[in-house]
Amino acid sequence: MPDANEKKGLIRRFLDMPNDSVPKTVFVAVTLCLVASMVVSAAAVSLRPVQQANALRDKQSNVLQVAGVYDPNVSVAEAFEAMEPHVVDLSTGESTDQFEIDTFDELAATGDPAIIRALDEDPAGLGGSMQAYRMVYILRTEDGGIDKVILPIEGYGLWSTLYGFIALEENGNDIFGLQFYQHGETPGLGAEVDNPRWKALWNGKKLRDDDGDLQITVAKAPPPAGQEFYIDALAGATLTSRGVHNLVRFWMGEQGYGPFLERLKAGDI
Amino acid sequence: MAQTRKSQLVDPLIDNNPITLQVLGICSALAVTSSLSVAFVMAIAVTLVTGFSSLFISMLRNQIPSSIRIIVQMVIIASLVILVDQVLKAYAYEISKTLSVFVGLIITNCIVMGRAEAFAMSNPPVASFIDGVGNGLGYGLILMLVGFIRELFGAGSLFGITIFETVNNGGWYVPNGMLLLPPSAFFIIGLLIWAIRSWKPMQVEEREFKIQTVEAH
Repeated sequence: MPDANEKKGLIRRFLDMPNDSVPKTVFVAVTLCLVASMVVSAAAVSLRPVQQANALRDKQSNVLQVAGVYDPNVSVAEAFEAMEPHVVDLSTGESTDQFEIDTFDELAATGDPAIIRALDEDPAGLGGSMQAYRMVYILRTEDGGIDKVILPIEGYGLWSTLYGFIALEENGNDIFGLQFYQHGETPGLGAEVDNPRWKALWNGKKLRDDDGDLQITVAKAPPPAGQEFYIDALAGATLTSRGVHNLVRFWMGEQGYGPFLERLKAGDI
Repeated sequence: MAQTRKSQLVDPLIDNNPITLQVLGICSALAVTSSLSVAFVMAIAVTLVTGFSSLFISMLRNQIPSSIRIIVQMVIIASLVILVDQVLKAYAYEISKTLSVFVGLIITNCIVMGRAEAFAMSNPPVASFIDGVGNGLGYGLILMLVGFIRELFGAGSLFGITIFETVNNGGWYVPNGMLLLPPSAFFIIGLLIWAIRSWKPMQVEEREFKIQTVEAH
């Protein structure tokens, strides 16, 4: 009992001190910081599972949408089971089982040096480095052949990095769809990358011509290569459009999924 | 304070509005008003933060050393804002994605600090809480008004529901792109201040100086 009284006495003694004395100032600062940090960390820790589930569901529903198999009546997690995840080594284009599929996203999110590669040229504005391994998704047809591949892409627009997915047909050259799930472009102008009418323009376009040269273009006027490689740029969003042009070409090129698409075309996947 | 509870809550809506009279919190009002649903969530978040930060600061007001008073207020406000941000990320994921950094920036919203310093530091907890909520609602009201104008004329929709079919989607309405950019909120808030001060001339500030007239000889 005397112990408790003494403790109570200590706090009381602090509270009774003049507010501007040094010990009181230190006491208030330390107590407040302790209480505040406990509240904040308790909230962060207890809400983390819900937040992670949200982020995962959001990403999965975007993969489903870009592949055109999203159905609002089916739960996302259930529908997503049709997607076959692969971690691809971008330099060779081969799938690798060097990483756990389940924890690969965390590795990527923390920028683990094991999967990061420095870039000499950085046309997509990735900040000088890129992931050397990426998680891609393959959607199979009923007889087990490849229906579509869904590849994550990202790059800088006007204000922000755009994160999205591109879905390609089984030949690795025809575009099925493109969708960004996170960006901070100007509402009404650059943010029109989310406009379904604009996204629909990508369907059926081709990445490369018959000689294997990358021709896909987002611009105000069609390129000499022809309409099948051309997506009309967004009106009033020149820099966002240029960003999308650069990032699609980067990821579809040799430094991005080029080797993987070669293998896909050759039927090696 | 001779103010009644009710007037504490209602006054900041128009008579003593934090945005149009006190001209506080303009920065976030420019940033989050391009769509109504975002403005709505922001208004609720700010109301909660001003209310509870005023409450806690007022409860501690007799113990806060004046030398670290602002830091103490900041710690309380910042913790509340982080709490709101975490809850939004968990239960309103889509909207928290659009609000992104602006939730965090409630910390720097002058209204929260302004009420803590001007009212909560010298008034009892319940009165401070009501004052904080009132000011948050006053801020929210202007936010919703500006958001209404900007979303309707800038994107042709309200709460994301199409009202005017825009040309981009094959309709007739040519949206005013400028309304989607932050400067337009400046104009709208300016016009609102003008309108309110014409209606209630009491709010017009006195001139800080008078131009002297020199009589001609």
